[in-house]
Amino acid sequence: MPGVLVFTESSNGKLKKASREALSIGRTLANAAGGDLVAFATDAAAAEDAGRYGAKKLYVANAGAYSTESHTAALAAAVKEANPAILLFGGTSNGRDLAPRVAARLDAGVASDVDRLEWIDGKLRARRPVYSGKAFATVEVSGTPAIATTRPNAFPAEEAGGGAAAEVVNVSFDAGDARVKLVDTHTPEAGEMSLAEADIIVSGGRGLKEATNFSYIRDLAHAIGGAVGASRATVDAGWIDHQHQVGQTGRVVSPNVYIAAGVSGAIQHLAGMSSSKHIVAINKDPEAPIFRVADLGVVGDLFQILPALTEEVKKAKAH
Amino acid sequence: MNSVVCISHVPDTESRIKIAADGRKVDEAGLKFIVSPYDEFALEEAIRVKEKSGGGDVTVVTFGPDRAQQALREALARGATKALHVKGEASDADSLGIAKVLAAAIKTVPHDLVFLGKQGVGTDNALVGPMVAELLGYPQVNVVTKLEVADGKLTAHREIEGAEEILETPTPAVVTAQKGLNEPRYASLKGIMAAKKIAIDTKSVADLGLNDSDIFNQRVATVALELPAEKSGGKKIDGADAAAAARAILQYIKDEAKAL
Ligand SMILES: Cc1cc2nc3c(=O)[nH]c(=O)nc-3n(C[C@H](O)[C@H](O)[C@H](O)COP(=O)(O)OP(=O)(O)OC[C@H]3O[C@@H](n4cnc5c(N)ncnc54)[C@H](O)[C@@H]3O)c2cc1C
Ligand SMILES: Nc1ncnc2c1ncn2[C@@H]1O[C@H](COP(=O)(O)O)[C@@H](O)[C@H]1O
Repeated sequence: MPGVLVFTESSNGKLKKASREALSIGRTLANAAGGDLVAFATDAAAAEDAGRYGAKKLYVANAGAYSTESHTAALAAAVKEANPAILLFGGTSNGRDLAPRVAARLDAGVASDVDRLEWIDGKLRARRPVYSGKAFATVEVSGTPAIATTRPNAFPAEEAGGGAAAEVVNVSFDAGDARVKLVDTHTPEAGEMSLAEADIIVSGGRGLKEATNFSYIRDLAHAIGGAVGASRATVDAGWIDHQHQVGQTGRVVSPNVYIAAGVSGAIQHLAGMSSSKHIVAINKDPEAPIFRVADLGVVGDLFQILPALTEEVKKAKAH
Repeated sequence: MNSVVCISHVPDTESRIKIAADGRKVDEAGLKFIVSPYDEFALEEAIRVKEKSGGGDVTVVTFGPDRAQQALREALARGATKALHVKGEASDADSLGIAKVLAAAIKTVPHDLVFLGKQGVGTDNALVGPMVAELLGYPQVNVVTKLEVADGKLTAHREIEGAEEILETPTPAVVTAQKGLNEPRYASLKGIMAAKKIAIDTKSVADLGLNDSDIFNQRVATVALELPAEKSGGKKIDGADAAAAARAILQYIKDEAKAL
């Protein structure tokens, strides 16, 4: 029965968080659309985890490490076999690279970076933040399959309960000649948590005054188990790598907790973080625009408050 | 080396967004439009590739209403050598419709490389680049922060979660630009004067051999555009007593966010 197919990514049989989130909302949609939830992977080892999140079948294509061209061919072949009404991707770098390419091959529509999804009157209805979060568009995707990429952290990852391992269905496909070759992968700051995966982000702005003071941010991030974010002003000043930049020209994040210290809250910064679930702002200027989006605003000196907070967190964790 | 750069004309990022009367679009009255910021990186890179290779054309293409000509003029002033304007209300087409128009337009222009922004600022779709690559049957490298082109081949750095991939592919290929790729130049006075002499080629969707019904087919249709609910602006506390403030933050994170 045509249902929902989710493109998944995993390592060592464990599904990535974005894939688990996409499977969870996929399950809700499959129930509404009256079909099965099924998944796609390049490794059969993901079958157990996929089953845990409600996938009945796992279409497995031996496409190897990620490449746009081989994965497009593999996923298109799986779509042909599964014939889903809806095709979902978690909003990872690879998911967002692949979804539009597959959509063009299938002549199908995509709603990207969505934070709500519903199945209404035989159509996929999605909400997506636009204009840097200054507005929300509700879009309807018609045609088959209707494709969407999910915004990280927007959909909770919930296990189905009692799910057996997904039944593995092998998919054969013709990869053609994949022209793009991976030469190398650089991990600039090994050991640091990446923004995309973090539940908690601690971000610093120009209020830090100089590069070495990012230690105030790093210390708290480390104690709390979060990732380090930054405003563009600090990246442009060379205080920290661009990988950490949050905002319109950096990363769009929506962690559970976002702590901004010494960040004024320019519209382009808000564009990257205003959909965070809980926002804490520390700024000495009571008029700073960041307070307009903060759930908890603290008017004060970050050089006093951050070390105190780091100590409190360490104490709380020690218990 | 010849390149094509797709540029979109979008509301200035500082703009206050108002919703049009139909409840589905942005009210364009009084809005200032700019070249989408990522497209500036794309354009700059194409100009640099041309300069390094010692010649060739940089053709800028836009699909949009009359006002989008301004984006082409701006690009010509910065160093693009040719411009093609496909006239049409691009906001009534979905991403695949736009990609079909651009792919058809690109085919009419000699090229080794195709550049786009990684996403158009405003609609924030990040879809058109890979769609154009697929429609042209080209390899793609998406979200590129560094590029080298030599001997019919390109090497590009692609940004992924917490790391960077270095990828190689033969040309022709599609590259989408990320911030960090370069520092875009401003238009010089000389450039602005020279640009005035360049005629902008205009075409319609039909001229490209495409049917309006396929381009404006709305596989993805906007049914509503809304402003976010005003945030009540949360709770604000005085942080003069740092230790007390720290305890209040910790309590909030534990009780409200259920973290830690
Ligand atoms: C096209 C475009 C794209 C952009 N993209 C981005 C983007 O992706 N991300 C981004 O962040 N910006 C972006 N910007 C830049 C943005 O407009 C702002 O310039 C930038 O966010 C400001 O950074 P900031 O808040 O660190 O600095 P500032 O605006 O200088 O703010 C510093 C803040 O620190 C506070 N402060 C100072 N000392 C202390 C102290 N001791 N304790 C507590 N608070 C203190 C001050 O009150 C102030 O509010 C973009 C701009 C443009 C034009
Ligand atoms: N109407 C358009 N005309 C020309 N280029 C466009 C248009 N729309 C999108 N693009 C290009 O596609 C990129 C990605 O756009 P999007 O997929 O809409 O986020 C942009 O950065 C532009 O390079």
